[in-house]
Amino acid sequence: MTMTHMDANSPAHGSSKFPAGMMAATGAERAIAGAGLPEKISVRNLDFFYDGYRALKSISLPLYDRQVTAFIGPSGCGKSTLLRILNRMYDLYPKQVATGEVMLDGVNILSPKQDLNLLRARVGMVFQKPTPFPMSIYDNIAFGVKLYEKLSRADMDERVEFSLRRAALWDEVKDKLRQNGMSLSGGQQQRLCIARAIAVKPSVLLLDEPTSALDPISTAKCEELIDELRSDYCIAIVTHNMQQAARISNFTAFMYLGELIEFGNTEEIFTNPTKEKTSEYITGRFG
Amino acid sequence: MTEIALTLTDAHASTARRARRQRLQDAAFRNATLAFALLVLLILGGVTVSLIDGALPALRTFGFGFVATEVWNPVTEQFGALAPIYGTLVTSIIAMAVGIPVSFGIALFITEMCPAWLKRPLGVAIELLAGIPSIIYGIWGLFVFAPFMQSTIQPFLIATLGQIPGIGNLFMGPPYGIGILTAGLILGIMVLPFITSITRDVFETVPPMVRESAYGLGATTWEVVWNVVLPYTRTGVVGGVMLGLGRALGETMAVTFVIGNAHRISSSIMAPGTTISASIANEFTEAVGDVYTASLVALGLILFLITFTVLSIAKLMLLRLQRKAGV
Repeated sequence: MTMTHMDANSPAHGSSKFPAGMMAATGAERAIAGAGLPEKISVRNLDFFYDGYRALKSISLPLYDRQVTAFIGPSGCGKSTLLRILNRMYDLYPKQVATGEVMLDGVNILSPKQDLNLLRARVGMVFQKPTPFPMSIYDNIAFGVKLYEKLSRADMDERVEFSLRRAALWDEVKDKLRQNGMSLSGGQQQRLCIARAIAVKPSVLLLDEPTSALDPISTAKCEELIDELRSDYCIAIVTHNMQQAARISNFTAFMYLGELIEFGNTEEIFTNPTKEKTSEYITGRFG
Repeated sequence: MTEIALTLTDAHASTARRARRQRLQDAAFRNATLAFALLVLLILGGVTVSLIDGALPALRTFGFGFVATEVWNPVTEQFGALAPIYGTLVTSIIAMAVGIPVSFGIALFITEMCPAWLKRPLGVAIELLAGIPSIIYGIWGLFVFAPFMQSTIQPFLIATLGQIPGIGNLFMGPPYGIGILTAGLILGIMVLPFITSITRDVFETVPPMVRESAYGLGATTWEVVWNVVLPYTRTGVVGGVMLGLGRALGETMAVTFVIGNAHRISSSIMAPGTTISASIANEFTEAVGDVYTASLVALGLILFLITFTVLSIAKLMLLRLQRKAGV
């Protein structure tokens, strides 16, 4: 797992494997890895502005279905910003503007015609800190489901159990579903939030440093969970933990100062980065 | 060697001295703050005792009947508190019925939907509204609002709601302009900035991430507010409402101007009435005789008890809410 012994300047082996037409539009020299996989989300020439300040600079990259894509890079490089564009969370705030295209299943979600609530029901998000709602564990899960589906009592029970099982939390909470969600431990709360996101049956999961507030054991459980969820969802995860990115992701995007420096197979990015910046970052020389 | 030992013991001695001084300082500080805290209890106790003591002559004369009779006749020295109690409660209920929804609306708009350029002006306006002295509400109520009520709102209410059997009784009678309804509405305007600024502050304590989580599930603004923001902030919200209610119950000047100061209970909320604080303010100068004065003090005692009860109910409500939520 440790890359520190790698020669940062070793030549890229991967770049010759793909035809020139596959080149990433960011100018990254490596051809886009994973070509042929279905693209769930395609980001094209995406710019983002905070009150005029350009925080993302023409980002283009794919997010493949049923794969985990990790976003790494130093703080303030735009990873979280990118994630918040994918469910248009930035729309809650004034003076934040995104230009370019983000295609989700072939439809541009940046279009003003896009219904935000429907979009967010399809693109689940989990945050840096656990954010249980001030209600029972059961209702935490049922809340999102009730917004879009009218389920019978039995169906709802089933959905809650399904989501909690999927989030590996069922055994710990099945006897106290009526307790307040905020009474759980931090790790449990975060898995509750993942369960809550899963319950509305999204096809994309956005995880914004989901384990940064958790202890190592809870982190391990969450990583295990992400690994299992991979088979059903398109997952994008922002992480500051390089080992975590290496452990759980299939693809990795390295961002720096609002630019996508490099995108590719996680293994290649970590063993054989084409860009000097990338190798400096993953070997811990800056950031 | 001995020199070093000497300086060491010197150092020890000075450290010990400093420690002793710090202990003394701490003790003095602790006792001073304790004394201030006890002062609160002392003042509360003193007010209660003097209220009870002052009210005793009236309570001895009229007994429990004091709170159950409507008569208020200084000439025959017959006093009953029912009309002011009724007026106090009804004006406060009207004030809350008007004030709470509007305040919540304002607070939610400011925290959830307001464009940035409007946020500050709105906030400042609310603070200014809170700063208007009640006497100004009083003269404005009497010279501007009451005539408007008389010429426009009350005739409209009589013509519409007044025709409905049952609740129509509440909106019957001649449009005086002044009366319980007018006082209640003025109170509603007066409590508005208090409830608004407190609820706005507590709404802003909801962590953005929690809010975003709810939006992230596809919830609309209304669903986020109703299911997440309000439950998250219920303690603060109830606190803000209670503060407003406390002000409505005790407000004197503005109410005295527009309520009509009539010691009677009418079925219509448009009729003149009185409240506890308005009665006291109006009559304390002309109260001759022990029983009259004692009756006014007894009114004060009742107001004190009403406020105390309201606060206790609020605390109990919060406790039950919390137990239900299982925290």
